Amino acid sequence: MSVKVIIPGALTTVQDAGRYGYQSSGIQTSGVMDHKAYEEANALVGNTGGEAVLEATLFGGMMEVTADTVAAVTGADMEPKVNNVPCGMNRPVLLRAGDTLSLDMAKSGCRSYIAFAGGVDVPVVLGSRSTNMKCRMGGYEGRPLQTGDAFETGLWGEEAAERYEEVRDRSFPAEVYTSPIEVRVIEGPQAEYFTEKGKETFYSARYTISDQSDRMGYRLEGEAIESVDGTDIISDGIAFGAVQVPASGRPIVLLADRQTTGGYAKIATVCSFDIPRLVQGKPGDTVCFRRISLEEAQRINENNRK
Amino acid sequence: MKFMPSGDRAMVVEFGNEISTGVNNQVHALAERIKREQVPGVLELVPTFRSLMVYYDPWQTSYPKLRDTFLGSGGLGESAGGRKRRILKIPCCYGARFGLDLADMEKHTGLDRDEIITIHSSVDYKIYMMGFLPGFVYLGGLNKRIEMPRLKTPRVKIQPGAVGIGGSQTGVYPMASPGGWRLMGGTPVDFYDPDREEPILCKAGEYIRFVPITIDDYYDIRRMIVKGTYKVETVEEDETCL
Repeated sequence: MSVKVIIPGALTTVQDAGRYGYQSSGIQTSGVMDHKAYEEANALVGNTGGEAVLEATLFGGMMEVTADTVAAVTGADMEPKVNNVPCGMNRPVLLRAGDTLSLDMAKSGCRSYIAFAGGVDVPVVLGSRSTNMKCRMGGYEGRPLQTGDAFETGLWGEEAAERYEEVRDRSFPAEVYTSPIEVRVIEGPQAEYFTEKGKETFYSARYTISDQSDRMGYRLEGEAIESVDGTDIISDGIAFGAVQVPASGRPIVLLADRQTTGGYAKIATVCSFDIPRLVQGKPGDTVCFRRISLEEAQRINENNRK
Repeated sequence: MKFMPSGDRAMVVEFGNEISTGVNNQVHALAERIKREQVPGVLELVPTFRSLMVYYDPWQTSYPKLRDTFLGSGGLGESAGGRKRRILKIPCCYGARFGLDLADMEKHTGLDRDEIITIHSSVDYKIYMMGFLPGFVYLGGLNKRIEMPRLKTPRVKIQPGAVGIGGSQTGVYPMASPGGWRLMGGTPVDFYDPDREEPILCKAGEYIRFVPITIDDYYDIRRMIVKGTYKVETVEEDETCL
């Protein structure tokens, strides 16, 4: 085993891009919340195959490596340290056998991503290594990491040292996570369930991320959104970022661990390219929503590809 | 067909605002067509009661392109003529240690348990959609005479394989879960088994027929499942009038 958990974080799980292809059977996608930080972490250690990483929430804890490996930390700034000496974020770090990697409380942002060269090696379940906590499936025994857990990484020892030489100059600029978080949304699919006044509330109010927010969804506190005549619908599919409004009128943004289908009207859906900033929001941070057209979103997607 | 965006990577195609076989058939017809034609850029499909969620890659396709493709279909195969329905015969041991709510159901419906079981096992239930839990089926076609309100206080833990009725729905718990449905039987068959080659037993669009078995049959089948020698019996019948 090449990595051993000494102090578990507040909620650290193994995740990759997600478990796709099974939503029609009722299996949630799971997967990383912040796909941008995830992809950057993998790129920094030279991973190119959608390898699994650790997603640490709010507080990262400490682990010990028992073989040489390359790691990188992205996303929330938890002031990562190697043997108690700051090692920096958004760059590859060569860890020697016996080194400890520790992550403190998040100073900025909510989720850190820790990638290892070769990826976190846990069994692939239904095409993915992501942890599905509800079904206790995938990841590390289907649950968050605990003290004493140990796992292999894909690349260690001399190979890791060679990998480090390849990637040592890589870096990404540090993300700055601020509140209020403005996210762009596309209206619908069920915007007609809300009055004009209700929609105006949604696009002008500032909502606070409640402390009942998790990987399944962010519950928002703030002004209630008025519906025409209730928000119950015949259950249909739920996209990553869908903003559903239950009877209370308080919106819930549905995220990586969302159920596949649901029975509340969805006023809008957060654009995929703004999900990373949203999910770095902590309870107490505020969120506001700005409407853009589908055409504009498509243009942004096409530009991001270039 | 009504098209609605669900963000920049998904589209909802809605066929109506009701739970009915006619509407649901159109959902599955479109899903089948997209799979058959391997429409470029489509990542995943989630058929539900009256709409189809289409996840797509905005780098490979776009909302207007998909809409035009789906509209350009003409017939879409809404007419079910000549299509086969695939029916899975699911053995179910009614009563015994599984029928925790059968006595309540007798009181509520005014029927005796044999009548309830006969009614429940004489319908081919269509799987309208799946969701809630891995392998959880939303079935249509429950006879109104055996509809049963959910428990006021849900049970904390229901065993996998439990067969029950909740309101106008009937179905099977695929894994241990809290739940408020009235329990009438148990099937030895695993609707969800992560270690099986096909972890999910059935698909939306297929049908389920419950076949009453004794408790001895239940344990025999269970033993065969553990040994890997059991296979759910399926039959194909012509789709009749809808």
